[in-house]
Formats: sequence, C-alpha cells, structure tokens
Amino acid sequence: MATQEEILEGLAEIVNEIAGIPAEDVQLDKSFTDDLDVDSLSMVEVVVAAEERFDVKIPDDEVKNLKTVGDAVNYIVANS
Amino acid sequence: MTSDNRTVVVTGIGAFTPLGADAASTWEGLVAGRSGVSPLEDEWAADLPVRIAARTAVDPAEVLPRPLARKLDRSAQFALIAAREAWADAGFTTPATEDGSPIAPERLGAVVASGIGGVTTLLDQYDVLKEKGVRRVSPHTVPMLMPNSPAANVGLEVGARAGVHTPVSACASGAEAIGYAIEMIRTGRADVVVAGGTEAAVHPLPIAAFANMMAMSKNNEHPQQASRPYDKARDGFVLGEGAGVVVLESAEHAAARGARVYCEAVGQGLSSDAHHIAQPEPTGAGVARAIEQLLESTDVNPAEVVHVNAHATSTPQGDTAEIKALRRVLGDHLDHIAISATKSMTGHLLGGAGGIETVATVLALHHRTAPPTINVDDLDPEVDADIVVGEPRALPAEGSITALNNSFGFGGHNVVLAFRTV
Repeated sequence: MATQEEILEGLAEIVNEIAGIPAEDVQLDKSFTDDLDVDSLSMVEVVVAAEERFDVKIPDDEVKNLKTVGDAVNYIVANS
Repeated sequence: MTSDNRTVVVTGIGAFTPLGADAASTWEGLVAGRSGVSPLEDEWAADLPVRIAARTAVDPAEVLPRPLARKLDRSAQFALIAAREAWADAGFTTPATEDGSPIAPERLGAVVASGIGGVTTLLDQYDVLKEKGVRRVSPHTVPMLMPNSPAANVGLEVGARAGVHTPVSACASGAEAIGYAIEMIRTGRADVVVAGGTEAAVHPLPIAAFANMMAMSKNNEHPQQASRPYDKARDGFVLGEGAGVVVLESAEHAAARGARVYCEAVGQGLSSDAHHIAQPEPTGAGVARAIEQLLESTDVNPAEVVHVNAHATSTPQGDTAEIKALRRVLGDHLDHIAISATKSMTGHLLGGAGGIETVATVLALHHRTAPPTINVDDLDPEVDADIVVGEPRALPAEGSITALNNSFGFGGHNVVLAFRTV
C-alpha cells in the first residue's frame, strides 16, 4: 500500500498533467479549485486517474468532499 | 449613418493554415503558389481510397500549453490560435473584461463556425468508451465536441458578452459567420466582433465518407497537384484543416481608438438552392441569386469589383456552376475581374474555408494583389472567366477597389461576402 508521501507525489503528477500546475506546488493544504486551477470537469479527470493509479474507488458522491489535496490523500489512504 | 446601418471595417486578421501558422506566412505561401497538401503517412490512412490532405503547417500542440490544448477539440485549438492573432493584430492587448479595455464586453461579440464541429473528439472518445470503458470517457467530451465550442472558447478568450454565435451551413459556415458578424455591427448590436471559421476533420471516418460521396480527389500519387480548380482533369476536393479569423469593427469605433483599418466589410448576399442535399445547382442559379442579393442589399456596383476569391473546390460540377453564376449576374464586368481559387493551395477547409478565404481576400485588397490558382495546366473551356493562373497578379493600384469571397455548402447554402478598400 502506498504511503501518504507516495500518494501526494502521485497526485502532484496527475494535477501537473491535467492542469499544468508545477508538481511542487501541489501541497496538502491546497484547494483543487481555488489554488490548482482544477475545475469541476478536470476534477473528474483527477479522480479517474487517481483511482487507476492507487487502485481505489472514489464514488461520485465522495468527490464533492475532496476540497483539498489533503482530503484526497486521506481518502485514498483510508480506502485503498 | 443611422444606428441600424453602420459601416463595418476589418481591423485585425489571424490564420492558422496548411500554409503557415499565421496570416503573414499564409499570405506568403499563397502568393508564392505553394501547395499545402501532403501524403497522409498515418497507419489509419493506409486502407483509405484518399490518402492525402492539407494539414496545418504547424501542430497546434506546439503553440498552446498542454493543459489548455487537452480541453479543446483540434478545431477549437485552430480557432483560438487564429483569434488570438487577430485580436492582437487589431491592437487589443487584454480581454474586454479587464479594466482599461477600449471595448466594453457588452459591445463585443464572437461568431466562429465549423462545418462538422468536434468530430475527431467524438470519434476518439467513442474509441475510449469501447476500448477502456465508461469511466474513462473524458468529462470534457461534450464541451469539446459541440459545434459552438470554437465560438464559445474564442468568446471566453476575448471576453465577449454581446453574443457568441455559430451558424452551421457545411462549407459555407465560415463565410456565414462573418456575414452574421457584419450584421451584428451594422445593426448596432455590437461594436467589435471576432469572426471566422475553423475545421479539423482529417480523420478516417470523414475521409471515407466524403470519398464515398465521390467528392474527393483520389490523386494520391501527386498530392500537390490533386487540388486543381478549373483544370480539365480536376476530380474532387482535397480536405484541408485550419482556421481563419478576422476582427470586425464599426468604422466609428475603429476611428475613435485610432485602429489600423484593412478594408471595409461591405456586406453579404445569401441564398439557398432548394435543389439537392449535396449536388450544386448546375446552372448556378442559387449562387447567382446570392450575388444579386448582395448587389441589392449593399451599395456594391459590379463595375468596382476587381477580384473574386472563388469557392472553386476542384469538383467537376461546382467550379463551372459558380463561373456561370458570376457571368450571369456580372455580365461583361466579369472580364475585368481577377478570379483566384486559393483552395488549389490550401485544400478545402470546409467550415474553415470562409474564414481563411476572407483573410486571403482582405490581404488581396490590402496588398492589391490577387493570389494565383495553381495546377491549372489545361483550363476547362467551360470556364468563361479571367482566372489568375500560376502567378499572382497586381490589382489596380489606384482608387477604391472591391473584392468578393464566395462560399457554398452541402445543403444548398450560398454566401457571398464583399470587401472594399478604404
């Protein structure tokens, strides 16, 4: 199972790929919408990419709770 | 001028075409008589009856940042690049929504059309659905494939709030967009409109479909000679891709901000054939009606017309029907009109054609030079008109001159645009 650090690193790569934000700017306290230029459509891409990468299911209902990168890391740690 | 009949001028141009990544390089290619057609080397093209196309000279991925490009269909990528060029060329440095903009967003429109819309996105995402499953279909698919996407993205880019529109009329779409934009300004709805056409349909399905209609040239052995309007051996059009965009502006608004003016956008003539879903009306009656309507609805006099950028796609029927129509309406005036078929070099950009051919027409007036028609080795004797063959030709150096740009589309749509030096 991936560590919190590995998950953060993976998410940073995904956000970089999708939104073009430098990977080092993707930190636990950053908001996907407000800080990382990930709108609601791009967030779906981030979720699908994270599901594949970390072998986890993130139900549609859960996506709205993933406001920050930290929220996503915690969800993935708890559910993978 | 009353508020419902304002003069409209062209203050900016942009192009992303098989001949170049901007308007200047496209124009250079046109006057040099350069063909933008090349063989399709892709694996998917191997079994197609047509294996040639005029792809853009530069890959849009080299121009747009990846995060933006991956959310745009190729047709919207072309339109956005051409629109940015036109917007800057017109002297605008910020979106209209920013403080200090010389145009209020409420007075700015965008009208950009394509004939087919985001067809490659649609087909590629269907492949994703079949091969990788539902979850992998991109959430950007709908905003990418919708035909109004190029217009909407251009509108977002410049901050247009007076209206964003997408007329669709197959290969007349780009011209119809520019005509619509002229009307928006003429009637007072907007002071500035970014307008043009775009197309990105180089994909096996559209190529197979057009080829099965017997509409395309199958001259795979000689790609650069395949698009040959008015030549006796012409056997169909060559598919092109790209975009052409202009900034249209009320003459008053342009003067007030001291903008450079290329020419006047005088107006449009429109008609429809009611003849056949895809065949051109062979006598040119519908096209003639569009030219007549232009002459009725504007102050254009046939004697002042010195140049026509013809629709002339290199199909056996269409090229001659258009000439018949011009002769029918313009009579002996046609003898002093230099006719150019720039599709001989760019291929046929479908809904993008009216966009890049408007840019070509504007630059022909600006430089007082008619671009050549290439590949006319044996002029069809049915072409009873003065075709600019092989080399560019100087247009009258003095006085006001007028040029027409024709575009027609499957469905029987006929659009004639008129531009005049100022």
